[in-house]
Amino acid sequence: METTLNFTINNLWMMVSIALVFIMHLGFSALEVGLARSKNAINILFKNFMIVAIGLITYTICGFNLMYPGEFNGVFGFAGWGLSLPEGGLSAAYADGYTYWTDFLFQGMFAATAATIVSGAVAERIKLNSFLIFSLVYVGIIYPIVGSWKWGGGFLDQMGFYDFAGSTLVHSVGGWAAVVAVILLGPRLGKYLSNGTIQPIEGHNIPLAALGVFLLWFGWFGFNGGSVLSADAGLVSLVLVTTSLAAASGIIAAFITSYLKFKTYDITMAFNGSLAGLVGITAGADLMSPMDAIIIGFIAGVIIVFAIGIIDRLKLDDPVGAIGVHLVCGIFGTLAVGIWGDKGVFSTGSFAQLGTQAYGVMVIGITCLTSSFIILFTIKKTIGLRVSEKEEVEGLDIHEHGMNAYEGINVNDND
Amino acid sequence: MKKIEAIIRKSKFSDVKNALHDVGVNFFSYWDVTALGNERVGKVYRGISFSTADIQRRFLTIVVNDDFEQVTIDTILKFGSTGDVGDGKIFVYDVQESYRIRTGEKGEETLR
Repeated sequence: METTLNFTINNLWMMVSIALVFIMHLGFSALEVGLARSKNAINILFKNFMIVAIGLITYTICGFNLMYPGEFNGVFGFAGWGLSLPEGGLSAAYADGYTYWTDFLFQGMFAATAATIVSGAVAERIKLNSFLIFSLVYVGIIYPIVGSWKWGGGFLDQMGFYDFAGSTLVHSVGGWAAVVAVILLGPRLGKYLSNGTIQPIEGHNIPLAALGVFLLWFGWFGFNGGSVLSADAGLVSLVLVTTSLAAASGIIAAFITSYLKFKTYDITMAFNGSLAGLVGITAGADLMSPMDAIIIGFIAGVIIVFAIGIIDRLKLDDPVGAIGVHLVCGIFGTLAVGIWGDKGVFSTGSFAQLGTQAYGVMVIGITCLTSSFIILFTIKKTIGLRVSEKEEVEGLDIHEHGMNAYEGINVNDND
Repeated sequence: MKKIEAIIRKSKFSDVKNALHDVGVNFFSYWDVTALGNERVGKVYRGISFSTADIQRRFLTIVVNDDFEQVTIDTILKFGSTGDVGDGKIFVYDVQESYRIRTGEKGEETLR
């Protein structure tokens, strides 16, 4: 088939989306570094760099073909090792919106984000090697298998489960593993005092965290916008509108809720509110009207303020709020498709879609909890998950990396 | 009245601070300093291993009445120690006078 102008334009938008999703890794890194202490900044950057590398290489070796095995039994399929250009893979015969290469790289960029979510939750106390081994297995095998159930055309897809850009398939998959990792690791030293009070451990660079959140929002234009899988003018522009409106109303909701709750203007809650709105809209960004998007973002923004408080009180120490943002709002966003979506409660009066969405959340939740527990528990019993107390107190940077993030100025809170 | 200056590890600061509170030493100043000492910190930068004697420490200045001198010193010795080279030092000075700016009072009363 001849390459048409239309195909070229579609493919070009998809490649732009790849770059936008790529920049989300910088966003995740900046947010995580900013909300952690300066003595662990290099460790966090190291993890985030390695995740991109591990994500892309494992996706090349087996991930892509596990996630998109073609015809398969709906649960597990594997189309073989490595990449191989199929017949007509560079034309519209492969797909209307993209070439085989574009398809691979777009999905590959997605894959690594699931592990990045875990990275934030386990920051400041996990051993680098243990985290990397976990990421390798989780991103290389579990993420693509779970993804194949919906995006690869597996059993959840056939049931009618809907997840446009990955509230469940990306964000919750990361979030469930984060819960398991945080439980197995335990809280950071000094977070929970012996008298039962919670001692917040403040981040060292709030402007850097703000940069990270803005970059994540920026990248989300590709994350959701690219998930249209073509440059369809109407659909892509609608998706960018719903994405932005959800983020905006998430900020406002988190701002109001946290002000009513704490009587202060908490910027970190505004950060979380925007991400909550973004994660919340991701499952149905192409189905919602602007008004729906505002409502969904608003509810996610309220949920996140309470979720973070509850997670803290459950003694789940999550330095960046990844569990609240990605898991809790990921679940909410997935269910929102069953409420506001085209087959949802408000459109049809039927709860069937909501039930399917809940079933998908549950099946994927159980799978991710079990698999991440097996991986992390094995690591814990063999090479260990957590750094020594001395390393944790003095900082992972100087002990694991022999380096300070801010040299020449006396701001490193190690010794 | 005595001035007690202590240079301690940053990682021991919160232990020392809490212990000082427990024995009734509730106000003092501190700041971060870079110091040279016998301890060497092993580092790696762009593939080159090296060690540096420039180490970062926290510097505490505590002014107390005489009856608090020994308990303050003992607390820092106990809670500031790891047993490794580089735990820091304590210096003790006599203080001539002390004033409370708000009221103009002077003497031991100002430190209670």
